[in-house]
Amino acid sequence: MNLDFAFMSWSVVSSFIVKGLIFSVQLTLIAMLGGVVLGTLLALARLSGRKWLVIPAAAYVNTLRSIPLVMVILWFFLLIPMLIGRPMGAELSAIITFTVFEAAYYSEIMRAGIQSVPSGQAQAGYAVGMSYAQCMQLIVLPQAFRNMLPVLLTQTIVLFQDTSLVYAIGAYDLLKGFELAGKSFNRPVETYLLAAVVYFVICFSLSMLVRRLQLKIQIVR
Amino acid sequence: MIEIKNVSKWYGKVQVLAECSTSIKRGEVVVVCGPSGSGKSTLIKAVNALEPFQQGEIVVDGISVADRKTDLPKLRARVGMVFQHFELFPHLSVTENLTLAQVKVLKRRSDEAQARGLKMLERVGLMAHKDKFPGQLSGGQQQRVAIARALSMDPIVMLFDEPTSALDPEMVGEVLDVMMMLAQEGMTMMVVTHEMGFAKKVSHRVIFMDGGRIVEDCTRNEFFDQPDARSERAQQFLAKILGHSIT
Repeated sequence: MNLDFAFMSWSVVSSFIVKGLIFSVQLTLIAMLGGVVLGTLLALARLSGRKWLVIPAAAYVNTLRSIPLVMVILWFFLLIPMLIGRPMGAELSAIITFTVFEAAYYSEIMRAGIQSVPSGQAQAGYAVGMSYAQCMQLIVLPQAFRNMLPVLLTQTIVLFQDTSLVYAIGAYDLLKGFELAGKSFNRPVETYLLAAVVYFVICFSLSMLVRRLQLKIQIVR
Repeated sequence: MIEIKNVSKWYGKVQVLAECSTSIKRGEVVVVCGPSGSGKSTLIKAVNALEPFQQGEIVVDGISVADRKTDLPKLRARVGMVFQHFELFPHLSVTENLTLAQVKVLKRRSDEAQARGLKMLERVGLMAHKDKFPGQLSGGQQQRVAIARALSMDPIVMLFDEPTSALDPEMVGEVLDVMMMLAQEGMTMMVVTHEMGFAKKVSHRVIFMDGGRIVEDCTRNEFFDQPDARSERAQQFLAKILGHSIT
């Protein structure tokens, strides 16, 4: 095979790749923040012990966890125009889909996190007069987050890789940037290879960071 | 101060509290003892509604805890509780443990809360540890901080749920000393404990529970000095537990 990377230059990077990278990172961060918030609410609903909250939350989580992400991306993109009567941009559609989808996964992590906090902690919160909301916000969730931080970040790394699936609806992400560069220079093999290297470097260094963090934040009990 | 009237509780079909009735007056120190599984922890947790019950009534300072209209957080803020496993908040420093509820629940200013909290920390003799985290303290120290945390809320009554059972033996004394100090100052206290030395020294009354029932409810002197007048079950328990503390 004859590989030639000579076409790669800063101008190629800045005109094709940077735009995609920015969107991929943006999508990851928004979906992470939104997913963690929504996921935490879902986890609280599932642990509430109230049927009218438990059943819908469990249905939501189990349904989304049983469907391939790429299908959710496609369906959402195709259905929205039917519902609101006009098309939605691929980027916005991707952001909403990822937030909603990742919430199901973050919710399972947060559920485990909340359960990892001994029940006596919540009792101690109630015993000093805290409301349910205060008890969760001040006592249980901070400990749950800390216990689960490595897992939450690992899920976010997976999320970053999954953002490449937006190719299905043509959103301009990191992978798309490489793809377009490859097309315009007729070097698709080279650009896909480079894309793989970039994804690898980003994800691998992030997991190394998570590992170091993990050792640091063990709660002293 | 605390009125417990005919309280019964079931876990499914298993009855864990059976028609428990007693009352605790202002300034009284009442020790609740009995074999494990006798319902004493359940009963004390029912007093500040951490354990729901199906029948009967508990009234604390004129407020019924099982009444749906009762503002439970407000009531609990006035009832100090000390747990077997301390339950300090491990993600917060000692000072933050002492001030958090004062600020968030009682809406005190933070300097006011800090002053109050540190005063209580001083009383339990741990001022030097104010900036540490709970995990850096021994069990005995953690329990004393937990007592200081409860006292910072200016409670009208203190509940202790086996405060020394999770401690190494050499740390039991320091916690009991703090509790005795409180008792001597006239704090109303309900104490679930096996520490009969504490009961003999500072309690006014002793409640003995077995199988979810209050079997004995009498003065300290009646309980310890007139064993013949006690039920057979209480006599057995006393013989065992006092026999132990001699050896």
